Amino acid sequence: MEKNQQSRRAFIQSLGVLAIGFSMSGTACSRSEKQQADPSAPEIRTRELDMEEIDSWLVIREDGRVTIMTGKMELGQGITTAIAQVAAEELNMNMSLIDVHLAETGYTPDEGYTAGSRSIETSAMSVRRAAASAREYLLEMASQELSTPKIALTLEDGKISGQGKSTAIYTLLNGKYFETKISSDAPLYANSERKIVGRSVARMDIKSMVTGKSHFIHDLRFPDMVHARIVRPPAQAAKLTSVATQAISKLPGLAKFIRIGSLVAVIAEDEYQTIKLAKAVSHHLTWDYQKALPANRSLMQHIRSLPTDSKIDEKSEAWSDSTIANSPVRHRAAYFKPYIMHAANGPSCGIARYEDGKLWVWTHSQGVYPLRGALVDLLGLAEEHIHVKGVPGSGCYGHNGADDVAAEAALLAMEFPGRHVRLQWMREEENAWEPYGTAMVLEVEAGLDSQGRIKGWKYDLWSDDHGVRPGGDADNLMPAWYIEKGHGEAKSGFRGGATRNSEPYYTIPQLHLQSHIFRGPLRRSSLRGLGAYANVFAIESFMDELAEKANIDPIDFRIRHLNDERAIACLKQLANQIRSIKKQNQQGIGIGFARYKNQAAYCAVAAHVRVDQQTNKVEVIKLWAVVDAGEVINPDGLKNQIEGGMVQSISWGLMEEVNFDDTQVTNLNWDSYPILRFQEAPAIHIDVIDHPHEVPLGAGEAAQGPATAALVNAVYQATGIRVRQLPVIKALKHSALGLKLAEL
Amino acid sequence: MENVFKILVNGKDCQIKADPETPMLYILRNNLTLNGPKFGCGLVQCGACMMLIDGVAVPSCTYPLQNVGQSEVTTLEGLSQEGEQLHPVQQSFFEEQAAQCGYCTNGLIMASVALLRRKSNPSETEIRAELQRNICRCGIHARAIRAVKKLADR
Repeated sequence: MEKNQQSRRAFIQSLGVLAIGFSMSGTACSRSEKQQADPSAPEIRTRELDMEEIDSWLVIREDGRVTIMTGKMELGQGITTAIAQVAAEELNMNMSLIDVHLAETGYTPDEGYTAGSRSIETSAMSVRRAAASAREYLLEMASQELSTPKIALTLEDGKISGQGKSTAIYTLLNGKYFETKISSDAPLYANSERKIVGRSVARMDIKSMVTGKSHFIHDLRFPDMVHARIVRPPAQAAKLTSVATQAISKLPGLAKFIRIGSLVAVIAEDEYQTIKLAKAVSHHLTWDYQKALPANRSLMQHIRSLPTDSKIDEKSEAWSDSTIANSPVRHRAAYFKPYIMHAANGPSCGIARYEDGKLWVWTHSQGVYPLRGALVDLLGLAEEHIHVKGVPGSGCYGHNGADDVAAEAALLAMEFPGRHVRLQWMREEENAWEPYGTAMVLEVEAGLDSQGRIKGWKYDLWSDDHGVRPGGDADNLMPAWYIEKGHGEAKSGFRGGATRNSEPYYTIPQLHLQSHIFRGPLRRSSLRGLGAYANVFAIESFMDELAEKANIDPIDFRIRHLNDERAIACLKQLANQIRSIKKQNQQGIGIGFARYKNQAAYCAVAAHVRVDQQTNKVEVIKLWAVVDAGEVINPDGLKNQIEGGMVQSISWGLMEEVNFDDTQVTNLNWDSYPILRFQEAPAIHIDVIDHPHEVPLGAGEAAQGPATAALVNAVYQATGIRVRQLPVIKALKHSALGLKLAEL
Repeated sequence: MENVFKILVNGKDCQIKADPETPMLYILRNNLTLNGPKFGCGLVQCGACMMLIDGVAVPSCTYPLQNVGQSEVTTLEGLSQEGEQLHPVQQSFFEEQAAQCGYCTNGLIMASVALLRRKSNPSETEIRAELQRNICRCGIHARAIRAVKKLADR
C-alpha cells in the first residue's frame, strides 16, 4: 500500500506536466531505473489498467481537481469537453476543476481507435459510470468518516458536507486508489439532475486555439530537438537503386543522411534547412519503378474490370429473381464515387526519441495502443519499451498519415538516438501518400408495385476495403514497405467498411445485397463515414429517382417506407423547415436521409442549390439538417459536428477527386485538389431532437451521406440532370459538353 | 550564410540569426517559439500560416526574413498579450465556437483582423472574399463568417 501511495502521489504531481512529457510505464519497467526522455517526464504508474476499475478512468488530485483518463483522442470533435461534461455532472463539480488526459499507453485505458463516431457511446459512457461510482463510493466513505448518514451528505466541487461536518474527496482517499470496480447500480445524475449535460458548454480548447497556446503536436518543442524530412520516391512501388553518397555528404548543414532500404531521410538542426536538404538529396538518388497506375481510362470501368472477392451480404427469404422483372415500375441505375482525400489542413507530424533501448513517440494517431503494437512489429522492440502519447493534430477525418509519420519518426529516431526527432510531412507528401477514401461503384435495381411501394431491391457494390489500419501489423504502416526488412504490402482491411449503410434503412420486402471487393490502384483506408458516404449517396439518389417514377413527393415516398418513428420525425421536421422556401428559377431543393450504420444517429438533410445553366456553376445556398442522436451531451458541439460533416460532404460531392498519371497521384496541392472555400460555403440550419432518456448515438459521421445525396437531388431539381458520377461539377461540365458518361 | 536581423514581432525587438531567405513561418515558429502561424501548404494556398505585416494579413510560409525590414510583425499571440483581454476577433471566434480541430484558426483570425482594420463594417460578401484565401477542412465556415459578421454589425 505504501508503494502505491507513493507512486500515486508522484503520478498525481506529475499530471500537470503530462502535456509535454511522459515516461515509460508498465510493470516491466523498474521504477528505480532512469526512465525519462526529458526532464519533465512524470513518474510511472505502477498499476495495471483494468477497464472495469474506477481508477482507470478517474484520478482525484491533491489540489482537489479530478483528472479523467480517456483512451480516445481529440480530433477536433470536442470529445474532451463532452467527457468533462459527463464527469462533472456525476461528480457535481464545476467543469473548470476537471482535466481530461487523452490517449497515452500505460496511463489511459486501451480504447482501440477513436473512430466510427463511437467516442460518446463508449468512452464518455464509461467515464460517466466511473464518475457516478466514484461519487457513491466517496459518499459512503464520508458517511463512515464523519459518522453521518450518507443521505444527509452532499458532494459539491470536491467537498462532501452535511450536518455541519465536511471533508474533501482527496482527504478521504488519502492518496490511495479507489481499488474498486465500477458499479452498475450507481444512480446517474445525468438522468435526474442534468445540470451540465445537455447544455452547450463552450470548448475551452478553442480558447487555446484562438490565442495560439500550444495545442497541436506541431507545437511541441523539446530541448535539442532536430528536424527530419523524408525524400520520397517518384512512385509508390519503387526501389532505391543508387545513391550519390559523396555528393550528399558535402551538402551543408546535414546532421545525418539516413537510408534504410529504400527509405531515405535527412536530419538537420534547423527545419528550413532540412527542407532544402531533402530537395537537394532527391537529385542524388536513382529509383527503379514501374508506370503501374491505370491512367487515362475511366476509373469506373477499371474498377468493374478488376478481380473481386464477392459475397452476398443479404438475401431476403422471400427473394425472387422475378419480383423486379414483373413489377409494373422498374428502375436501374449505377453510381460512382471517386477516390477522395482526407486532405487535412495541417500535414501529418510525428516526434520520436530513442535512447538506451527505449522509444518515446508523440503522435496524432487515432489509436495509441494499436500504433504501439504495429511499432513492436516494425521495430522489433518489446512493447514495454515503447511509449506512445497522443497529442491533437490537424483534423484527421479518418485514417490519414498520422500513423505513418509516427512510424517514420520512430525509425529515424532509432538511427539518431538521444535526440527528439520531429518529422512533419510537406503538403505534397500529405496529398500523394495518405491512404484515400476508396473509389466505389454502386448499382441498384428496384421494382415498385402499382401503389408506389418498393417490392424488390437489388444492390451491388464495388469497393476496395476500408480501415487498413496499422493495429499491430507493420505491413499497414507505409514506411514498412520501403525499409526492406521483410514487411510486405498493406494487408486487407475492413470489408464491413464497404458495406456500411449498404442496406437501406427502409422497409423493403425483398432485398438482395452483394458486395464485390477489389484491390484498387491507389492506397486506401478509412475516410469519415467509410462506405456509408457512397452507399447513402446511391440509395438516396435512387430513392428520389423512384419517387419521381412513382410520382410521389420524395419525403412522403421515404416516410411510407419507414417504420421507425424517430426516422419519420426527422423527415417530418425537415419537411417543415423547407416547406416555405421559395425556389427561384434555376434553383432546386433536394433531400437525403440515413441512420448512420443503421444504428447510430439519424440525420435528414436538405440542400437548396442554384445552378447557373450558362456556366454550370453550382451555388449551395443553404443546408438544413434534422438530427436525432439520442441523448445529447453538448448540443452546440453536436451541431458543430453536423455542420462540418455537411460542408465536408458537399465539398467531396461537388469538386473532389484524386487524379493520377501512370506513376503517382497528381493533385499535390490545393490548386490541383480544390476543396470548398468561404465564398462557396452555404448557410446552415440544424435542428437537434434531444432524447435525454435514450442512449447517446455517435453523430460525427452521420451527415456525410445524406448531405451529398441532398446536393445531387437538388441539382437534379434545378437542372434536370441526374448526376450519378461524382464529383458534381465535373459531371455537369461533361453533361454540358454533351459527353456521354461511362455506361454500365 | 547566416546573417543577423533585427525585426519587430508582437511589439518586441528580436534579434534573429538565420539564412536571409528563411521564410518567416520558420522564424516565428522555431526561432521565436510562437504557435500561431501553422505550416499548411508552404505554397500560399491555405492561409494557415498568416501573420500581419504592418496590419496586412500575409502568408508567412514563403515570406523571406530579409523582406521584413522595419515592418511590424504581429502573430496571433500578439493580438492579446498575456493576462489581457482577448482581441475582439479572438473573443468572437471563441463565442461562436468557430473551430473544430482549430488548425485553420490562426489564419482565419489574422485575415479577419486585417479586414476589420481596413474596413470596420464589411458585408458578408466582403468577409467571404477576404477569407477565400483560407482553407478550413472541418467545415466551420458558417461559424467563422458569423463571428466576423457579429463584429461588423456592432
